[in-house]
Amino acid sequence: MAIHHNNSGQAAGLMNEPMHKNENRKKYCRFKKAGIKYIDYKDPNFLLKFVNDQGKILPRRLTGTSLKYQRKLSQAVKRARHLSLLPYVADSLK
Amino acid sequence: MQLKNYETVFILTPVLSDVQMKDAVEKFRKVLKDNGAEIIEDTNWGLRKLAYPILHKNSGFYHLFEFKGDNKLVNTLEIEYKRDERILRFLTVSLDKFAVDYNDRRRKGLVGKKMPDATLAVSKPKKDND
Repeated sequence: MAIHHNNSGQAAGLMNEPMHKNENRKKYCRFKKAGIKYIDYKDPNFLLKFVNDQGKILPRRLTGTSLKYQRKLSQAVKRARHLSLLPYVADSLK
Repeated sequence: MQLKNYETVFILTPVLSDVQMKDAVEKFRKVLKDNGAEIIEDTNWGLRKLAYPILHKNSGFYHLFEFKGDNKLVNTLEIEYKRDERILRFLTVSLDKFAVDYNDRRRKGLVGKKMPDATLAVSKPKKDND
């Protein structure tokens, strides 16, 4: 019983320590920061920054994009896919 | 009826010769003009590689029109696209105020990230139908 208490106390102590210093960096929406109001679907090289190497759209939790611009971004990526500027599926895009 | 700005991109099949390609583009330009559109931008991106094959073609001629017109015009235009077998793919979108502004700046060359237009495009049309 005593040991058990001790263990949980240690675990809680470890939890509070930052695991990686880099993860503490605050994420931000790059569209808001740069003042980009319109995301162009005709620019595949720019859109490539927001898809992974399979061509899937990266989630907001990784990129930090705000909801407003994530919606516009996904619309732009889907339009680019339709026009064959970006692939729907790919093996190694990058 | 309030006029709206639209932007349309279509992909023509790469088997066309240069003259045939210009003919096809001219046909759609005429459709736009006959239906009272005011053409704002008219850009040929040339022959580009497709990201995935469409109808067994790996490349196509891209052409972009930006125009001002009413919604009935878009209908007629898209019907013409569907009837034309030289068209591999098309997309027409209405532009909001930010998009209109962006396109203005892009035409003036003020947008930092440039579109891959003339530099990537192959000037000579190549035949490929593999």
